Amino acid sequence: MHMKNLKLRTAGMAVSAAALSIALAACGSSGPAGSGTSADSATMWGLTGGNQPVLQTSVDSWNKAHPDSSIKLDFFANDAYKTKVRTAVGAGQGPTFIYGWGGGVLKSYVDSGQVDDLSGFLKEHPDVQSRYLPSVLKNGEIEGKTYALPNNNVQPVVLYYNKEVFEKIGAEAPKTWDELMALVPKFKEAGVAPFSLGGQSKWPDLMWLEYLVERIGGPEVFANIAANKPNAWSDPAVIEALTKIQDLVDAGGFINGFSSVAADSNADQALMYTGKAAMILQGGWIYQGLKKDAADFVKSGKLGYTTFPTVEGGKGDPANVVGNPSNFWSLSSKATEGQKKAALDYVADGMFTDENIQGLIDSGAVPVVNGIEDKLAASPDKDFLTYVYGMAKNAPSFTLSWDQALSPAQGDAMLANLDQIFLKKITPEQFASTMNATIGK
Amino acid sequence: MSTTTTTREQLSRRGQASRRTLEKGPSGWLAAPALAFFMLFAILPLLGVLFLSFTRWDGLGEIKLDGLSSWNTVLADPVTGNALLVTAKIMLFSFIVQAPISLLLGVFTAASQKYRAALAVLYFVPLLLSSAAVAIAFKALLDPNFGLGPGLGLPFLAQDWLGNSDLVLFVVVFVIAWQFVPFHTLIYQGGVRQIPTSLYEAAQIDGAGRIQQFFNITLPQLKYTMITSSTLMVVGSLAYFDLIFVLTAGGPGYSTRLLPLHMYLTGFKANDMGAASALGVILVVIGLALALFLQRLGGKNRNASQLEGA
Repeated sequence: MHMKNLKLRTAGMAVSAAALSIALAACGSSGPAGSGTSADSATMWGLTGGNQPVLQTSVDSWNKAHPDSSIKLDFFANDAYKTKVRTAVGAGQGPTFIYGWGGGVLKSYVDSGQVDDLSGFLKEHPDVQSRYLPSVLKNGEIEGKTYALPNNNVQPVVLYYNKEVFEKIGAEAPKTWDELMALVPKFKEAGVAPFSLGGQSKWPDLMWLEYLVERIGGPEVFANIAANKPNAWSDPAVIEALTKIQDLVDAGGFINGFSSVAADSNADQALMYTGKAAMILQGGWIYQGLKKDAADFVKSGKLGYTTFPTVEGGKGDPANVVGNPSNFWSLSSKATEGQKKAALDYVADGMFTDENIQGLIDSGAVPVVNGIEDKLAASPDKDFLTYVYGMAKNAPSFTLSWDQALSPAQGDAMLANLDQIFLKKITPEQFASTMNATIGK
Repeated sequence: MSTTTTTREQLSRRGQASRRTLEKGPSGWLAAPALAFFMLFAILPLLGVLFLSFTRWDGLGEIKLDGLSSWNTVLADPVTGNALLVTAKIMLFSFIVQAPISLLLGVFTAASQKYRAALAVLYFVPLLLSSAAVAIAFKALLDPNFGLGPGLGLPFLAQDWLGNSDLVLFVVVFVIAWQFVPFHTLIYQGGVRQIPTSLYEAAQIDGAGRIQQFFNITLPQLKYTMITSSTLMVVGSLAYFDLIFVLTAGGPGYSTRLLPLHMYLTGFKANDMGAASALGVILVVIGLALALFLQRLGGKNRNASQLEGA
């Protein structure tokens, strides 16, 4: 009997240990920096997906030509990367090249001295500075100093549509919000969902809020929010935008079960090109995915795209754009001198080579560099690429995706609460007051 | 004569000594390796978490001592209360669903027929899969547009399973049960096989039917098995993280954001390590309290024999 009692106690102990280990899991996970790295080999973490093969080719050819300053490249999935890199950087084990989006996260790296100031490097290399579109380059600046350099393509949010479905009901792409709302019952009658939406991933919801606020109130509204002005979320433009979103939900604008649709698995795009939904508001980056997953659909010209509709009485310039200006490389301040040198050499001479630029264009992306009009015009995707290039180049304002621009704490609360707006669990006013409480966090 | 007395005295003294060792249990040193690991990997980090809960830290910069401000944030945040509620619901529903199913399956698979052994192997399969794989598979199967329902043309299965705040909790409970029932079945199977057959033989002679045997022999004999399984089930639901993180990421809204997930998202998405540590401490306290409570359920007289008369 004694033994049984003892066993029970041991089991209890094991159980408590299990309970405790949950708490422990929180404090000790940091991925090791790439293994097999020599001290002077710079490390680079990139993202899987559209640009992966282009980056791989670029680094491979760099390593072949410069075996003495080679780069070790690893790829991670988007969401996992965002968590991993921050933890690794915090633990002093981050890669030499820190891949980022600019905005609030970059600022937190700068504030804690994790990334190097690249202003001096740009001054020494005027050719590097001059190759970028100036409006994009600006997104790597914090308080007038450059901490991040654009590394791939411009990614504005675009309204994609299925031309075939539009022809079926004899409709044109909506130019105003009223036209958009008028299309909803027509598509529903035809048995097609007006809009696809990857609601489960939460961030696609945000594109609707970003564009509506931009069209209704102009870029100042979000500038105030980003500047942590008190009660900035209660701006009438935000409330109106949220109300319009809920109107669209009420009208049945989004596909049934949209909050079960995941954007990570590209299920949201699939709904559009399979004709189950007529339109989708998504980032410029999904074009690369569409080219691969729905090659015939894209080649036969069935893919339509346009800018987000204007809102009557709205203050925003219809040419304004939201999305991701580009992705960026920052240089880890914890890297060794050798790693830093290799990294900067690559930035100066290995990035945006002719081969690299052509690779990006062939994949269906628009590199963030000047003077590529001819190359874009020669591409089989020239219509889409020149459209996106013009959109980015001519935009009076290019607002960075809010979840990247804000501090991580605010971004997290915003996405969860916006999700509840789409589900109609909270009112626009409740959203504003909850978000006002997060200002400064 | 005298020699025999001494021997007897010696023997009885020796007997007393060995009885004393029995009462004391084996040497405490046997626990040393486990204890060392426990200190190093559980108690020490736990103290670290406790310390961090009195600080502000974004995971990058300096760790700043900040008194109770993290605790205030956590306790004033309605999301924490909601997370506790969601955790309690998942714990309760998981128990209600899993306990009877695994008990019955355990009793069923404990018998020695070959087909039962074959079924037992099949039931065991979900336990071999990683939680992340299970979650990804269910996410794909439950997709309202490309999942099982539309694929088979069964509109009933094409619900908004993961996007409807009212449905999603039950979907989560179902997937958890799908994965963990095999484990508890195994525990019950082992428990049932330990019950001496003489008890059943005696009951049969007394004319007890199968149902009577189940309620009067099997169930009481499984008392400690039930306590072990329930403890693992209840305290284990405080650890459901990977599966739910991949399946719903806490959504829609905050519908499935249970305490461990809330802790993770606060720490690694919102980068508020202070608040996340406070949540971690709450989690540990609840876990310990529950484990202790369930141990107490075993009754004070835990040394009482379960096999009297066997």
